[in-house]
Amino acid sequence: MPRIFSPEEISEVVEMLLFQDLDIRSVTLGLNLQDCISSNEDETILCIEEKLSLYSKKLVKAVDNVSKKYGVRIVTKRIAVTPISIIVEPLIRKGFEEACRIAIDIAKALDRIAIVNHIDYVGGYAAFIHKGFTQGDKVVIETLPKALSVTQTLAGMVNAASTSTGINVDGVIDVSRKILEIANSTPKGLGCTRFTVMANAPEDNPFMPGAYHGLGEPEAVVNVAVSGPGVIEAAINRLGEKVDMRTLHDTIKRTAFKITRLGELVGREVAKEAGVSFGIVDLSLAPSPKIGDSVARILEVMGLEYAGSPGSIAALYLLVDAVKKGGAMATSSIGGLSGAFIPVSEDWDMTKAAEVGAITIDRLEAMMTVCNTGIDMVAIPGDTPMETIAAMILDVMAAAIALDKTLGVRIIPVPGAKAGDKVDFGGLLGSTIVMDVAKFNSRKFVERGGLIPPPIRRLDKG
Amino acid sequence: MDKNRNEELVVISIIGADRPGIVAGITAVLAKHNVNIVDIAQTVVRGIFSMIMVADLSTGNIDLPKLREELSMKGRELGVEVSVNHIDVFKAMQRV
Repeated sequence: MPRIFSPEEISEVVEMLLFQDLDIRSVTLGLNLQDCISSNEDETILCIEEKLSLYSKKLVKAVDNVSKKYGVRIVTKRIAVTPISIIVEPLIRKGFEEACRIAIDIAKALDRIAIVNHIDYVGGYAAFIHKGFTQGDKVVIETLPKALSVTQTLAGMVNAASTSTGINVDGVIDVSRKILEIANSTPKGLGCTRFTVMANAPEDNPFMPGAYHGLGEPEAVVNVAVSGPGVIEAAINRLGEKVDMRTLHDTIKRTAFKITRLGELVGREVAKEAGVSFGIVDLSLAPSPKIGDSVARILEVMGLEYAGSPGSIAALYLLVDAVKKGGAMATSSIGGLSGAFIPVSEDWDMTKAAEVGAITIDRLEAMMTVCNTGIDMVAIPGDTPMETIAAMILDVMAAAIALDKTLGVRIIPVPGAKAGDKVDFGGLLGSTIVMDVAKFNSRKFVERGGLIPPPIRRLDKG
Repeated sequence: MDKNRNEELVVISIIGADRPGIVAGITAVLAKHNVNIVDIAQTVVRGIFSMIMVADLSTGNIDLPKLREELSMKGRELGVEVSVNHIDVFKAMQRV
């Protein structure tokens, strides 16, 4: 009987799983909560609790079974729900203050059910304001600091720009004010690690804090985020320094294919076990603060002294393009962000590069043109003016709509910290250095407010 | 029938410092549970022992998670690293 697999093929996979940190970063269950919409507070919360509890149990059981069956580690289990701004709309009739109180109770209920059922994060405390605000959006934005400070697992997101509508500058100003409030209401500004402001936020994103269950999604759906920067690093190391760029690209592409196929296998099996639809695989390479699990390190083994060195945009472009092409061949269920993540504190080598000054906010802004990160997990001084934060967000939103892509900003103004200080967020959030923010004033520009119109490519859509 | 049997295939991979009794120790666990070995490859390079087996659980009386548990325990006794994965992982990653 011919061999099913050669020993080399088997060894390669086993090495990836055992020694190169190949794992599934997250299985995220998208869950519709629209049937819980009611003008009765108790009915709404009871419905959310019952539904979340039922699906949490299904997800956890399915993830544990699949992980044991295949011998593949699944790092986190998450649930993304219908944007809470939509859920609270009918409750506004009770008055804005009352609706805010109920929104916080909903946040607490989501958190409580998640903790009891061992769900790591619940996303969807979200509002979509890229063209304007509804009262529900205002409730979510107003309550973000409180909702994030009284919960442990809740994740918040505000979509403030889209290619179709432009940028809501008033919304960006409101959100910037809230980022400072969140920072001041949680130790070390930690609450800000669970909040992002985005442009073109996808409906099927498995990554927190941007995940929510979009209106085009089915009742319940499993979306998968793979990991595996260590696998790509090892593959490049095996090639050595002498191979040319095309060979490098080809090797990354082939490796990304394998990583994505594992994601698809696990996603489909979890969905089947949980009795829900399978959604997408997010092709993004997701790092963690562990040594050997770093996207920045991939740029370094390509031949750069540090991530952020001259050549980093070309290296990151090559990486993301190869990951997308390999991933596209591996699955027809692509979605989410599907780029590469370079969150500063969550990637050990990104933090190292920030410490030596190779990674700066300017470098991140340049690198975001070729990946889907924006400014992510960046600690800044706690006394950064609100207008400066708003201006930084506007820059990222503008790049996103000009390039018609998804980008986000997750910054942490660390209270009392100044540039160069070290801050430890703990666990998967990592530790990092507080980065310097330009001292030049943007207030008059930001305060103009209003909407920045969409790009000309909006007209391509009719 | 063949398809059903294929669904029971697992890949067992063992790596560690070479010493007497590794093959005997691991295969004894499989034999105890009536698990059939369908393919086996073993090498020793510079004192490092490496063995890869494809085994069929459909003949046996143990499921994959329990087999992994027992083999890992045996691996710890023998001082080797044991990994047990469903064959579908390799099919997904190594075949188009």
